[in-house]
Amino acid sequence: MREHAEAIRPPRSLWVPFVLGRPLGVPNDAAFQRRVVESALALLERPAGPVLEDYPEEAPAPEIDGDQEGMACPISFAADMSKATLLERVEAEISQLRVWHELAVQQRGRTATGVSGLSFEEAAAFAAARAEGRPLPPSRDDILPVDVLRLACDELKTFYSEAVMAQPGIHTVESIQDWFWGQTAAGELLFALHACTLKSADALEKHFAVNNLVPRRIRHTIGGESS
Amino acid sequence: MVRLADLPEWEREHMLGKIPNLPDFGIKAWVNGGRLAQRRVAIVTTAGLHLRSDRPFGQGAARCDYRVLPRGTPAADIVMTQLSTNFDRSGFQQDINVAFPIDRLNELATAGVIGSVADFHYSFMGAGSPVTRMEDKAREVAGLLKKDKVDAVLLTPV
Repeated sequence: MREHAEAIRPPRSLWVPFVLGRPLGVPNDAAFQRRVVESALALLERPAGPVLEDYPEEAPAPEIDGDQEGMACPISFAADMSKATLLERVEAEISQLRVWHELAVQQRGRTATGVSGLSFEEAAAFAAARAEGRPLPPSRDDILPVDVLRLACDELKTFYSEAVMAQPGIHTVESIQDWFWGQTAAGELLFALHACTLKSADALEKHFAVNNLVPRRIRHTIGGESS
Repeated sequence: MVRLADLPEWEREHMLGKIPNLPDFGIKAWVNGGRLAQRRVAIVTTAGLHLRSDRPFGQGAARCDYRVLPRGTPAADIVMTQLSTNFDRSGFQQDINVAFPIDRLNELATAGVIGSVADFHYSFMGAGSPVTRMEDKAREVAGLLKKDKVDAVLLTPV
């Protein structure tokens, strides 16, 4: 935020007009990234400061075709899931998305998943158990139980995000979020977990619910939260 | 976009609410250095990155920790466990350089735009307030950067 840099007054800062999370602007665009890095490093040679400069180039907007399909509902189930539990529906989604996730890993040569130590199905079961009001079982001894819960949730978010980005079509920051939270059983599960942990007597778990589970943008749109 | 005017009111209020807790470094922190083409550059990010084999970032005292990212670490071995859920991660999932531009630094060193790239880079978990709680760890990292003969740092907040 430019206003934050104005308040902190670091010696040299380049304000960039990009989405939070993308300080270099555009993934997989080396030339664009290089222009941003060079502009930032050029500030090191200014003789006096503090310097707060605006980067002039916007990240290109995605070219969304009006006939674009696949952004609205990339998951469709052949089997009748009407009597399935929420966890069973999440497991079915994971099964259906796995081929896309494997394709994503193959294309990029990497994945941001695999941090929690849980399989995707185990991560879903872990979150579902807590969403149903059961206490967290002991799992890892190197981090707090609430952090295992957060990593399990992040594992699901990352799996879904990486999988859907491998599918045909244009996927924007907002469309990926809106799809996950608005149209998937996994989003429904994490909303249920949010409702449960908001009432937690454990301060760290409540902090997780308030700050680290559902994005503010989603809480104020799909979640229907007012200011 | 990270423009206050483009944000909905609830997000604008949230961002403005952070300002009273921000430190003001001001002109006292100013230092001039040599030419960029002779500088040794490191990246310090607040993206909550670490090696796949490292302990993830977490709540409690672990919030102020940092992790070391050695130069030459394959992108596949770098993961993100930032606590905040309020920034985009799909960019990082596609390309680590969008938050940790190590490939760009290596290219700039090869092209002679900068002198060299540090052997070690660092990541904090930048969520939470006040940021001054990280001062002790930040000073620790500054000492390590000096030992690596670093004289320029590219900070990449998310």
